[in-house]
Parts: sequence; C-alpha cells; structure tokens
Amino acid sequence: MTAQPLKPSGKDLQFTQKKKARELKERVIEFILFLAAFSCVATTVAIMYILISESVLFFQEVSLVEFLTSKDWSPLFDPPGYGILPLVSGTLTTTAVALSVALPMGLISAIYLSEFANSSVREVVKPILELLAGIPTVVYGYFALLTVIPALQWLYLPIGPFLSNILPNIFPAELAGFNMLGAGLVMGLMITPLISSISEDAMRSVPINLKEGSYATGATRLQTALKVVLPAAASGVIAAFILGVSRAVGETMIVAIAAGLQPTFTFNPLESAATITAFIVQVSLGDLPHGTLEYQTIFAAGLVLVLVTLAFNVIGYFLTKRFRETY
Amino acid sequence: MVDTRVVNSSVMERKAEVKNLDFYYGSAKALKSVSMVVWDRRVTALIGPSGCGKTTLLRCFNRMHDLYPGNRYDGEILLDGVNILEKQIDPIEVRMRVSMVFQRPNPFPKSIYENVAYGLRVQGITEKSLLDEKVEKALQGAALWNEAKDRLKEPAYNLSGGQQQRLCIARAIATEPNIVLFDEPTSALDPIATSSIEELMNELKEQVTILIVTHSMQQAARVSDYTAFMYLGEMVEFNETNLLFNKPADQKTQDYVSGRFG
Repeated sequence: MTAQPLKPSGKDLQFTQKKKARELKERVIEFILFLAAFSCVATTVAIMYILISESVLFFQEVSLVEFLTSKDWSPLFDPPGYGILPLVSGTLTTTAVALSVALPMGLISAIYLSEFANSSVREVVKPILELLAGIPTVVYGYFALLTVIPALQWLYLPIGPFLSNILPNIFPAELAGFNMLGAGLVMGLMITPLISSISEDAMRSVPINLKEGSYATGATRLQTALKVVLPAAASGVIAAFILGVSRAVGETMIVAIAAGLQPTFTFNPLESAATITAFIVQVSLGDLPHGTLEYQTIFAAGLVLVLVTLAFNVIGYFLTKRFRETY
Repeated sequence: MVDTRVVNSSVMERKAEVKNLDFYYGSAKALKSVSMVVWDRRVTALIGPSGCGKTTLLRCFNRMHDLYPGNRYDGEILLDGVNILEKQIDPIEVRMRVSMVFQRPNPFPKSIYENVAYGLRVQGITEKSLLDEKVEKALQGAALWNEAKDRLKEPAYNLSGGQQQRLCIARAIATEPNIVLFDEPTSALDPIATSSIEELMNELKEQVTILIVTHSMQQAARVSDYTAFMYLGEMVEFNETNLLFNKPADQKTQDYVSGRFG
C-alpha cells in the first residue's frame, strides 16, 4: 500500500483523442507559411532560369569572347556588335560617380545624426531624409536632366575651352546635354538617405558603455565618433555601402533619362553613355519580335547585371562577416 | 577585523574635496549637499543601497553628466584646489586627469595595444617610442603585461572578461591620471577575476588615488582605506573604513553594514 499513492488513478489517464486533428492543423499552417517563403525563392529561381535559358540561346549565336571583349555594342544596327563592355563601362562610371557623392555624404550625415544632433533635430531631419528615398526615380531623372545638367553646363562653360586645350581627350569644350556626371550625381543624392539611414542605425546600436569609455579618456565627440563608434559599427556601415552599390548598379530611370542612350566605351563621366539598365529599358520599349537575337540581347545584358550585383553582395557578405564585432 | 594598513596622517594630502554638492537630473535632485574628502593615494569606497546616489556622485568627478542634457551641478568639487565644476572648466580636460573604469569591461574594437594607447593618442601623443613605453608601463601596472606582451596586436575581444577589465584599467592609468574612478568594476566578473582586480587596486594606490563604487560591503572592507555611506542622495557617514564598519556613528550606517537593509 505504501507505493500506491505515486501511481496515478485510472481516471487521470483519460486523454482526449484530438492529437491527429491538432497535428493536421499545424501541418496546414506550416504549409501556408512554407508557401509564402517559397514564393520568394521560386520567383528568384524562375527569373534566373529565364535569364539563363534565353542567354544560352544568345550565346549560340554570339561568341562569349566577342561578348566580353568587343568594345562595340550595336545589336540593333547592321552590322551588329555584341560587346557588352560599353554598357559595363557606363554602369561602372555612373555608379562610381554616385558613390563618390553618396558614401561621404551618407556617412557624414549618419555620424552627425547619431553622435551630434540632439534628439529634437534628429526627429525632424531623419524622416525628411528618409522621405528622399521615397521620391520616384523618374522624378530624379528629370531633375538630373532639366536642373542638374544645365547647372553643370553653366559651371563648365567658362573652364571648358581652357581644359579642352590642355587635355582634349578628356575634356570636351562644352558639356553634353546628357552626361554620366549629372546622372551619377543625382543618383548619389538618391542613394545618400539609404546609406545614411542604415549606417546611422548601426552606429546608434553601438552600446553606450563603449562611447562612455571613450569620453572617459577625454575624447571629444568627433574622436569618439571616428575612432570608436565607426569601427564598432563597421559591419553595418559596410552593409549600407554594399546596398548603395547594388542600388546604383541597378538604377534605371535616372541613367536612362539623363546619361544618354549611346553605348560608348568610356570611363569619362563628362561623356554620355548607356548603362546596362538603360539599354534594357530602351530595347524593351521598342517592339522587338519574340525569339530574335536582338530580343535575346536583353537577357544577356540582364544576366550580366545580376552577376555584377551578385558579386558586390558576395563581397559585402564577407566584409560584413570580417568586421562583425561582438561587444 | 584587524586593520593592518597604517594610515599616516602626517603625509596625507587632500587630492579632492567635495563641498556641499547638489546634483539634479532635470528637476530630480539626486545628491543633497554632499561633502567628503578624497585622500591622496588612498582607496575611498562609496557604498549604499541602490539609488542612493553613489554612482551619480562618482560620475561628478569626471563630469560624465555633462554628456547628457538637463543635468546640473551645484556646489564644488576641488581637485588639487581647483573647482572642476566651474562652467569655464572644460570637462574634456577634467576627464584627462580623472579617468574611469566601468561596471562591465568595455574595451574598444581595436587591438590590445591600441586600447591602452587610446587615451594617450587622444591627448595628442604620436611618438611611437613614447607610446610603446607608456603602453608597457600601463599594462604592467594593470598586471596584464605578462599575459598580453606577445599578443599586443590581437583584438581586445580575444581576452577573457577579467583580462578585459584589467585592460580597461590599463587604459585608465596609461595617461597617469590624478584619480581613477571605479564604478562597480567587478560586478560582471567571477570571484577569481574579482580578487585579482582587488589585489591590483591595492598595488595601484601606491601611485594613484582611487575612488570606488561598490555594491559589496565585503569588497569595500577589503579594498578601501576610507568609506562613505550614502543613503537617498545624502552622505550619511564618512570615515576610515574599519571605523565605519566596526563603530558606525549613525544608526542607518549600523543597519546597512550589519545587513539589516539594502
């Protein structure tokens, strides 16, 4: 009898028979969640499939060597040229111009907002800055074409003849109405809020403990921001930079409107040139018959674009990992 | 408890003196007419229950409160006779003379060497040989040199918690400050690391004046020469440590040190 009390009575062992029903319900929910997650993956795979399958057809007609080395991109002309380099040079040049604006400006405003501005200033400035990111890019494009480029032309007018005398290969006498400098500058303005916002979040999440450690040695705000906060937030700041690069490489409307649509192999931002994205837009707007080689050029160009962006993302991934700090 | 420390009052000098100090966080008064003396090259402990104002008082000594808007001091803290709370005194210069070790080890995301050199660089020292010399001296002072001398270029985060705290002490003493403030420096450490930090403080006081906030009365009894007991923003009692613990003059001190509240 002494061992009896530990044994549960028979009545307590009555379980409900709802296990199957519950399991089924959870299965259904799990499947719905899986579908939502899977749709993103599926879309990516489908896009890659179409890009690659159409590009395969393209490369049956055009040799990979010509595609990667020829400096002539004129697929719609006779005789056609299928060298991607002019589009790549246009993309890289506008991206470089954009980043030369966006990196310093984004970083400086992030430092200001996270370390210097008091909370009332930050509460006003930050939403406005983020609003900039919400302006449609087509508006930026017209801003570049109708405001920034004329202003640049006006600024360039007095120095142009002088510069073109010294280095005629680099400096034109007059600035073209479409050029990569204007498009790139405006693109830089567009990316600045993105870089600033992500960098600022990274810098603000640096523990107060670390900042006080710096102040306690007698460091000023600037010294603390540059020597402690920035290195501690490096992984987030680099992530912001890479996102900015991807954004610039993939940006379409601004360059299509303001950089010109002539594929030219040049790294000179004062010239006009087409980017990969601008070419795709230009050709997509026309009425190319499905299945023609001209039609397939879009996919080959698109594939290059995806690979360039992918490359930057991979670099960013490793840099972020390299600089990740555990406080 | 037998006090073996000989306090020779003939060579004792006042390093700092707090006179009728009030402190406000906005409109909340956190310190009420606090007065005390910090003796040169002695360890002075601030004890009291949570919220009594001991950390607030500590952070007045290097004017950390100036970092945040709305804080206000009223009264004086004389450091070698100069009131460091004066408006025209630059808090940055105060912090170069009064350094601080924090509750949790907070090394910067830099190498061990650069962590110690940080305060020196902030003060404008760039000469490599001088930096090397001062970094070595500070690491030796913080009893970290033997463990760290072969890995000065390694990130500070590779060190253990106790080593990181000693690194922070090295950073705090590298600039040869007048006072080092310790804000509960062992609260995030295990007992072994704690006792090594306490030993270190005992050695450091030969060179530098130490002010320590601690939650642990045993720690205050172990490391300090003088103890101040604070309660609700007021200085209840300030005396030699063994007197404060063994013959407290105030009933509140008696209750606190005997563990009746807190």
